[in-house]
Amino acid sequence: MNEDKRRQRTKMVTYPSGAVIPERDLGKSPVLECSHLGIEFGGLKAVEDFNLVLGRTEIAGLIGPNGAGKTTIFNLLTKVYQPTHGSVLIDGLDTQSMTVVDVSKAGVARTFQNIRLFGNMSVEDNVRIGLHNQIKYDMFTGIFRLPRYFSREKQQHEKAMELLDIFNMADLADAKAGSLPYGAQRRLEIVRALATNPKLLLLDEPAAGMNPHETEELMDNILRIRDSFQIAVLLIEHDMNLVMGICEGICVLNFGRVIAKGTPEEIQSNPVVIEAYLGKKKEAGQ
Amino acid sequence: MNAKKKRLIYNLSTYAIVVIAFAWCQFLLNNGGMTRSLKGQLVPICCWVIMAVSLNLVVGISGELSLGHAGFMSVGAFTGIILSGWLQNGMGMADETLRLVIAIAGGGLLAGIAGVMIGIPVLRLRGDYLAIVTLAFGEIIRNVMNCLYVSVEGRGLHIDFLNPSLPGKLLLNGPNGAVSVSKISTFTAGFILVMLSLFVVLNLTNSRSGRAIMAVRDARIAAESVGINTTKYRMMAFVISAVLAGMAGALYGLNYSTLVAGKFKFDQSINVLVFVVLGGIGNTMGAVVAAAALTILPELLREFSTYRMLVYAIVLIVVMLATNNPLLKQWFSNMTNRARGLVRRDKPAADGEGGNPA
Repeated sequence: MNEDKRRQRTKMVTYPSGAVIPERDLGKSPVLECSHLGIEFGGLKAVEDFNLVLGRTEIAGLIGPNGAGKTTIFNLLTKVYQPTHGSVLIDGLDTQSMTVVDVSKAGVARTFQNIRLFGNMSVEDNVRIGLHNQIKYDMFTGIFRLPRYFSREKQQHEKAMELLDIFNMADLADAKAGSLPYGAQRRLEIVRALATNPKLLLLDEPAAGMNPHETEELMDNILRIRDSFQIAVLLIEHDMNLVMGICEGICVLNFGRVIAKGTPEEIQSNPVVIEAYLGKKKEAGQ
Repeated sequence: MNAKKKRLIYNLSTYAIVVIAFAWCQFLLNNGGMTRSLKGQLVPICCWVIMAVSLNLVVGISGELSLGHAGFMSVGAFTGIILSGWLQNGMGMADETLRLVIAIAGGGLLAGIAGVMIGIPVLRLRGDYLAIVTLAFGEIIRNVMNCLYVSVEGRGLHIDFLNPSLPGKLLLNGPNGAVSVSKISTFTAGFILVMLSLFVVLNLTNSRSGRAIMAVRDARIAAESVGINTTKYRMMAFVISAVLAGMAGALYGLNYSTLVAGKFKFDQSINVLVFVVLGGIGNTMGAVVAAAALTILPELLREFSTYRMLVYAIVLIVVMLATNNPLLKQWFSNMTNRARGLVRRDKPAADGEGGNPA
């Protein structure tokens, strides 16, 4: 995939409700609907009145200065935090009473800003753990090595290798996850998330610590994942090259509130966004 | 060598160590090359090895510090004694092997139930808090056992709390413990049980459930985010461990003619933890070797008589320091490499210390 294709802009259309999604996702129910989502920590409103609708195969970006509440939103979507206001619908299902595990089963997978791999285990085992709810057998089958154990293990191995191949990591399958270089660990987290067979992939700063070459590769990979798995991607990123390059819709947060929403072009020319990012220096004393 | 092959070799050599040790002991027994005191230690060694393997499942593989493991052993021991006594006196079962098997299964079952009951409140906690609460539960179990009176009359079983005046033959006499237990434990049974516990733990760690348990240990939040029910898998490790400890307890209890609940005090839990730590946390093979070695050691130190436990403590400190010394570790790994190669100039390295295979 090349630069030109990436730059090819998606046509965005507006729902009657006001939500904007890519034209190709029109007619399919949205994968994620947040309305008036908010959380307070002892009076501090970390996130307030957050509204977002994501199309089936949309790549969207969540940007904003440090401490704006981006990761908090991920934690709200995955129920690590219980929202104090508003609702989240995943594929039409209300997550009100769901746990973190339920959200994963409903089809949301995520990566973490500070990498959380199973460091003492092999790369392949990390992916196999991602397959936990995809290829199953029970404890007794595992302990007493019933025939099912061997067939399921084989399936897991094949699927894990297939997923690792997306990032050309199949030859690292036996390496210890904790000993991989930083960029490879970030990629492995994405593979592990994909193993859960998600409908929506949340990436928290996927390009952090990657060099420009690796970031370019990552951009191609995110697009390829979207196309081959037909899933939606919501990503938090500070690398504007990546955000502007692949995101179809962008949402800008500052102090827990959405200050702007739109296509990359609209965001780049939005005076409020420019102030939030560039004006920060001028108002640093505040 | 890939990870799978490495794991297979590790598992096979763990089984091999146990089989060879058993065969060697049998050889010595048949040829009279074993002292009386050591002979008496054979079954307890098996029990402590199983305890170490089972605690390693909780501490090393599930990553929770449990300090009440002797409590489960105690539940298993007294259940086994009561079951065996009832079958013998109440049901007139003469077959010792069958009685032992039933007693061990019953001990494991009841310890497992105790594990579930304790696990529900305890596994809400993490880290230090969990450790302290398991310690408390271990003490509660010991105190409950101290107040329990059980007797067998005809085919029936009388169980009472704090009331020694029970009709029939007394099996469990409160703080005086179990009396006139028929000693039916055998070294062969111990060996089979060790192999069984190794089979369970090693197979579990190389399966979907075991990987989930280790995932929760390594990164709880990430494990939850890929859809692993963390409570379920922590509970699984805790209960399997309790079942194995209960089986070891039943074997242990039926090896002595008398047994008091005070035998399973807090310091026994710590002793088992020492085996696990010395064997290398998470290293099942290490736990087996450490448990066997440290159970024999006080026997070998008999000649120091009064200073026996002091010497034991010093040996323990020295070994702990030595096995954590990077230089010595390097020397060990060089030795193993040389042993694997063509030149076999020296004895291969001891197995007390090794890397974590997971």
